Amino acid sequence: MIDPALPPHMRPDNSFQGLILALHAFWADKGCVVLQPYDMEVGAGTFHPATTLRALGPLPWKAAYVQPSRRPKDGRYGKNPNRLQHYYQYQVILKPSPADLQDLYLASLSAIGIDLNLHDVRFVEDDWESPTLGAWGLGWECWCDGMEVSQFTYFQQVAGFECAPVAGELTYGLERLAMYVQGVENVYDLNFNGREGDEKVTYGDVFLQAEEEYSRHNFEHADTRMLFEQFKMAESAAAKYLEAGWEDGTKARHLMAQPAYDQCIKASHVFNLLDARGVISVTERQSYILRVRELAKACGAAWLATAAGGTPAP
Amino acid sequence: MPDLLLELFCEEIPARMQAGAAESLRKLVTDALVERGLVYEGAKAFVTPRRLALAVHGLPAQQPDTHEERKGPRVGAPQPAIDGFLKAAGLTSIEQASIESDPKKGEFYIARLHKHGRATPEVIAEILPAVIRAFPWPKSMRWGKGSTSPTTLRWVRPLQSILCTFGPETEEPEIVAFEVDGIRSGDTTRGHRFLSEGTIRVRRLEDWMAKLEAAFVVVDRERRKDIILADAKDLALAQGLELVEDAGLLEEIAGLVEWPVVLMGSFDPAFLDVPDEVVRATIRINQKCFVLRDPATGRLANKFVLVSNLAASDGGRQIIAGNERVIRARLSDAKFFWETDQKTNATVPLEDRLEKFGNVTFHEKLGSQLERIKRIAALAKALAPIVGADPELAEQAALYAKSDLRTEVVGEFPEVQGLMGRYYARLEGLPEEIAAAAEEHYKPQGPTDRVPTAPVSVAVALADKLDTLAGFWAIDEKPTGSKDPYALRRAALGVVRISLDNSLPLKLAPVLKVAVEQSSRATLEVAKASGGSVGGGRATRIVEGWGATDVDVIDLLSFFADRLKVHLREAGARHDLVDAVFALPDQDDLLLVVKRVEALGRFLSTEDGKNLLAGTKRAANILRIEEKKDGVAYEGGVDVVLLHEPEEHALAESIAALGPQIEQALAREDFEAAMALLAGLRAPVDAFFEKVTVNADDPALRVNRLRLLADIRAATRTIADFDRIEG
Repeated sequence: MIDPALPPHMRPDNSFQGLILALHAFWADKGCVVLQPYDMEVGAGTFHPATTLRALGPLPWKAAYVQPSRRPKDGRYGKNPNRLQHYYQYQVILKPSPADLQDLYLASLSAIGIDLNLHDVRFVEDDWESPTLGAWGLGWECWCDGMEVSQFTYFQQVAGFECAPVAGELTYGLERLAMYVQGVENVYDLNFNGREGDEKVTYGDVFLQAEEEYSRHNFEHADTRMLFEQFKMAESAAAKYLEAGWEDGTKARHLMAQPAYDQCIKASHVFNLLDARGVISVTERQSYILRVRELAKACGAAWLATAAGGTPAP
Repeated sequence: MPDLLLELFCEEIPARMQAGAAESLRKLVTDALVERGLVYEGAKAFVTPRRLALAVHGLPAQQPDTHEERKGPRVGAPQPAIDGFLKAAGLTSIEQASIESDPKKGEFYIARLHKHGRATPEVIAEILPAVIRAFPWPKSMRWGKGSTSPTTLRWVRPLQSILCTFGPETEEPEIVAFEVDGIRSGDTTRGHRFLSEGTIRVRRLEDWMAKLEAAFVVVDRERRKDIILADAKDLALAQGLELVEDAGLLEEIAGLVEWPVVLMGSFDPAFLDVPDEVVRATIRINQKCFVLRDPATGRLANKFVLVSNLAASDGGRQIIAGNERVIRARLSDAKFFWETDQKTNATVPLEDRLEKFGNVTFHEKLGSQLERIKRIAALAKALAPIVGADPELAEQAALYAKSDLRTEVVGEFPEVQGLMGRYYARLEGLPEEIAAAAEEHYKPQGPTDRVPTAPVSVAVALADKLDTLAGFWAIDEKPTGSKDPYALRRAALGVVRISLDNSLPLKLAPVLKVAVEQSSRATLEVAKASGGSVGGGRATRIVEGWGATDVDVIDLLSFFADRLKVHLREAGARHDLVDAVFALPDQDDLLLVVKRVEALGRFLSTEDGKNLLAGTKRAANILRIEEKKDGVAYEGGVDVVLLHEPEEHALAESIAALGPQIEQALAREDFEAAMALLAGLRAPVDAFFEKVTVNADDPALRVNRLRLLADIRAATRTIADFDRIEG
């Protein structure tokens, strides 16, 4: 149930930011650290080190955050009511996965205004796999009245390593959820700030121009020579930092796992841009994915040799 | 007799795994019970999205007692032998053993062991944890705190509770107590996720079913399917519409709900501009909803049937509204794709659209989809005269046939490939033959699928399949055993069915040669382009004209022969007749092979046929023995001067007279006539064997008679290898 104390413009069913704040309040109350978005371009909330890296190793971890996600290929020049090349994911990661994770998830839906006595919420099989991250898990896509509103995954492997313990990951598609609870057909019509009249700011006010500009960029103008170069640079920088990070040259402790992982994220995003520009052939595509995966695996190995990855300082 | 009830309650089980899991549970548990002497009267498994259950009816309260006798050493045997016996029999002192005497062996010890059967619940408590831990889920996972342990339980999704009771109908059953990974068995379960609250205590099957039904769970999968289907049909009927039934979808939906509530929604009729198949695919695949047909027009109606898992307090108003919104969004995507494709087709010439296939890899060793389309087009053009199609039209149709693969609609819904080609070809104003070929060239997809009959469709369908076969032969990716990842057997069977159903006079060898040469050239070019080794092998030889394609052609022909044998056997033909015909050289015309097999079958069912077969076999047997003895193969060259007996003359003359006539008949492909002529040999052959001694004393006579036998063999071999025919 939506917090009845909220003023109308803060309610999750009136305001896009209200929805985010309601989820923050909900998960903060469950003991999560509420983080801010990672300050790099990523394709999904999973890429945030708070998920990818923290899912590895034995230490418990609970976090929630919004992650702006970029899918260059999904741009539609602002013309499609549902597809965006830049959108928000709300990400929750709980390690180890609590026994009542499904109940927690359903309670979070209630908190943003989805009445479970009126709406048909279902867990439909969807196994998750990220070839670039060397990660997979089992879970569901969560349907509300036939619409996929979240992804629910028990991570089994990340960066090629078994997750021990297993983390539970929830990913909410914020725009879709907001469209649903606000009853809006076009994403650009979403009420962003919950105000009415002159004070109302819509999603379109904030993002329409960006969608148009980035669609032009992603499909037509992104400098592919620079991007190819950037991919190589990120790849070699990652290798360099990974190599230099091993303490005393032994493989026991790593001192630079996160900077190396940043370069892995960079390479992944550059690859997505190149892919959107259509300059990568089918066979090359596979080899690029493999190259990013190798980086992710090496970063995972480095992370496991850090304090937060479960290797305490001597 | 007591009953067992087991329920494994967990987070949502994937719909596609449910039926298999129920069957596995039933089999694993009942097998384990029987193995331990616990014979039961009946067993039934149940499955819903959240529970997997088993009821076993009529079990004994305990295992039967067992009696065993174990023979020991002689009385007075050395102590180590006695000790060994005690240990093996589980006795503590030799006094516990009896002594028996045997007239031969004398007195010896014997242990009589009486084992009381254990109580059934105790046995069940031992069986179930093992079954649960080793359960054959297609994919299983770890979860929670315990997931760090290497021995942690794996299940399809987190397992939450176990219910297990055992007892006779008339009494309060007991809990079968066991534990799996920290989950203790009990006698409680839960009802519907949203419509029921708290735990439910359960005694036995009837109780479990009734209480769950009251808690909004229909445990029987078949009943859920019946409810969905009946309610969906009723809703349709009320609107004067027909439900488009879909067994696969029904199966899946029954695995997504515990409490099916069937509702109807609608969408803007403007979306019906999009072809029905696309509307249906959109609604079915993305939304798992049924579509409805208007019986008056035969076309889809702007309505759909959804199955929710909730009896909502507003009667489902919001659920319907939500589903309608999603379907509207999906259909507007589909409509957009459909319109975009038409715009593209109208503005981009086919050649330019085809060029795009240059960037799509068909197979890394065979090059691009564009190259493949060109090969198919060339083959279709070459096949056209044989199948009665216009060569230019066949080539054009082949160039068009795959073009829908790059359209937006097919990109979104691969299962409407071909069909979209047909729609788009019509919209582009192309000849109907081209439109039909776009759809039909994929056919037949399986042994029951329709076979194309329109000549242009036939030409493209054959070309597509022959190129596929030749391509994978050229890169040595032939099917092995049960592995046939490129469905090459299906492709060959398709060629067989198209040829036979259309009575095509198609000689495969020359066509295959062209196809294999094309593909070999393609592999060579790919190898060259990738800068890799040209492979020294076959591809090079072919291009340099060394004729190495022949190996592939011969191999492919025998692959076709195998497919044809399977096909004919399934149609009831005798496999020995098929073998007898295939034993002849140059059998690459499938239709002729079949005609010959049929004529042969009819001939052999006549008196003349049976006798001639016997005579021919006799001749062949004698020849086999004598040829082995003499170390020579006899073939023709009968010397008329050496013919003594009238029967010899008669036979030689018959063969000489009939031989050319049979050949003429065969040249006309008139197998009936050839066989009728062959029947004329029956009387002379019979008379010959009756009166003439083949192994005459005079060596010259003997050889001459053996040559005469060889002539019989040769004459019959123009029709079939009679030696391979049974009987």
